[in-house]
Amino acid sequence: MLADKDRIFTNLYGFHDFGLQGALKRGNWDGTKAILEKGRDWIINEMKASGLRGRGGAGFSTGMKWSFMPKQSDGRPHYLVVNADESEPGTCKDREIMRNDPHTLIEGCLIASFAMGAHAAYIYIRGEYIFERERLQAAVDQAYEARLIGKDNVHDYPFDLYVHHGAGAYICGEETALLESLEGKKGMPRLKPPFPANMGLYGCPTTVNNVESIAVAPTILRRGAAWFSSIGRPNNVGTKLFSLAGHVNTPCVVEEAMSIPFKELVEKHGGGIRGGWDNLLGIIPGGASCPVIPGEQCEDLIMDFDGTRAVKSSFGTAGVLVMDKSTDIIKAIARISAFFKHESCGQCTPCREGTGWMWRVVNRMAEGRAQKREIDLLLEVTTQIEGHTICALGDAAAWPVQGLIRHYRHVIEARIDQYAANPHPEPVVPVAAE
Amino acid sequence: MSVRRLAAEQPESFSFTPELEAIAQKLIAKYPEGRQASAVVPLLWETQKAAGGWLPEPAIRAVADRLGMANIRVLEIATFYTMFNLEPVGKYFVQLCGTTPCMLRGAEAIKHVCEKKIGHERHVSADGTFSWLEVECLGACTNAPMVQINDDYYEDLTPENFEKLLDDLAAGRPVSVGPQNSRKGSEPEGGPRVLLDPALYDFKATVPAAGGGGTETPDLLSAGRARAASESPADPLGATAAAQEKAADGADTRDKREAIAAEAQASSPSVTGSDREPVKTGTGVRDPEE
Repeated sequence: MLADKDRIFTNLYGFHDFGLQGALKRGNWDGTKAILEKGRDWIINEMKASGLRGRGGAGFSTGMKWSFMPKQSDGRPHYLVVNADESEPGTCKDREIMRNDPHTLIEGCLIASFAMGAHAAYIYIRGEYIFERERLQAAVDQAYEARLIGKDNVHDYPFDLYVHHGAGAYICGEETALLESLEGKKGMPRLKPPFPANMGLYGCPTTVNNVESIAVAPTILRRGAAWFSSIGRPNNVGTKLFSLAGHVNTPCVVEEAMSIPFKELVEKHGGGIRGGWDNLLGIIPGGASCPVIPGEQCEDLIMDFDGTRAVKSSFGTAGVLVMDKSTDIIKAIARISAFFKHESCGQCTPCREGTGWMWRVVNRMAEGRAQKREIDLLLEVTTQIEGHTICALGDAAAWPVQGLIRHYRHVIEARIDQYAANPHPEPVVPVAAE
Repeated sequence: MSVRRLAAEQPESFSFTPELEAIAQKLIAKYPEGRQASAVVPLLWETQKAAGGWLPEPAIRAVADRLGMANIRVLEIATFYTMFNLEPVGKYFVQLCGTTPCMLRGAEAIKHVCEKKIGHERHVSADGTFSWLEVECLGACTNAPMVQINDDYYEDLTPENFEKLLDDLAAGRPVSVGPQNSRKGSEPEGGPRVLLDPALYDFKATVPAAGGGGTETPDLLSAGRARAASESPADPLGATAAAQEKAADGADTRDKREAIAAEAQASSPSVTGSDREPVKTGTGVRDPEE
């Protein structure tokens, strides 16, 4: 288990003062100026050396991302945009940072902006997080007041930080949709290229990072890349906020070392599976878009990017959803399909039509009101959606259904048999588009 | 995609109150000059609050006028983002999270309580006190099941404590926001198992912090919402400081940056932003004004 002294978010549960005085007592804002004085290249190289991979789901190297920003400004301003549109079902880690440890994020914004030559940063927080937004704004105001940030600040680097909010759209967690929304449009993803590092917010070079990726940066730079990269296993290093939801005895958010075995995570922090380990049906390891991992593969599962990929799922945001044997797995996935149907922005046809189609078919399968040949048809349709859309929402909607068919085909077939064995007034006809 | 339409019955008119106008100016100041369209989502949100919890059509037009945007641009935003209510809601607007993590922890039982105590979904109760709506993941999955009532989250619900919560709200009794059991936040029930080392909270800075950090921050949770605003310094956006700098220097750094940006924008092909070339391929529906 990770030692308390190696935890970055020491006020994760909000038992202490979230404000500046409390933050200073926890070691935030310590020697920030000395870090900035080491220069842009040092910061970026240190971030690369730390091995930090983006915490928003895709797992791309954060230091590498920062280095894509133009070294010299061509006259256009640079922007940092922090993605705080946390809407992935099963994930609630950034919320804890923003309401309880906001100064880690604010300090990270200053350092990251300095490293990419940005003098202004926007934090895009989801609209529903009203209390979190007020907390964050109060912390930003304190930082201005103490001249830690602002046009004329103690760090001698003019920097403005603004808190912006959305109004309930999951798709705005996609970086280009987020930029569209920040520009005052519907959150519809842009085609890439041009990439945001060249043409982002207002047509200017922009980097979009997850809250957690930015908020861990100051501590990494203070304690050194070697410290961060010594935690976890190669290619999957550092500490990570995990959220444990669903059928565990004590759901919680906790900061743990990467590459922690799933069993240890659940036993130590989740208080065990409801009804004991043998009652585990399966888990969704990193938010709703990751394929389900059946219980028998969870026995030796290592919770990191490579460990989850080895069982054909993905690490995502590390928002673990645990399901025990009382779960109707088809219904659980059907609800996820309903989520993606609701959140599709409607720009690309395969996603706009496909998410609704999948939802209707999986819903019928949850009742058993389907034909067995439709299972393969459904699988075929998911591959027609996956990879045929501008953004990854199409993929995200397809993967849970693929995971369901891969691991629980026998459950669907049994449900269909059971339905067929009982008399029903209406015949079973495959109806998808009503 | 969800299909959302404007309500059939609309008020005659809507005009900005001085308070709303002050908020609008503060919001617009966050974005570079000429980019006031960026403020549309926050301003619509404030307008919705001022208009009694929903967005009438005249209010949408007023926002478009205030920001110098085409009416259709604001209308499409109001219908795209699901937190904009296009029809009236109750005094207490209950948004129930029904997505899988909450569903697994018993959101369906909470939904039955809503149906029993309030009535049909999207239907304001006869006295105007309540209405409810099932929404998608609200991002409090470790405290499932949960609802959002107006601005606040109520977490770790059971049918019993949720019924009591609704009764207390209806009777005007005080309620506590957040978890409805013994938890404070997202720690495990029964108390945190980590972060117990007192040395974590007694850090001695190697470099003394600059400026006046003020005193210990009062807890916003117990202090209530009004305090959050009063905590703000008088000039959070640095307008005064910028004006002083401008007087001393001729032009403030932001103006300089923006002048440079405008020049660069003018000399580079415009492929993003509001004045981009209409999309010729693909869906072709991106720019109905063309």
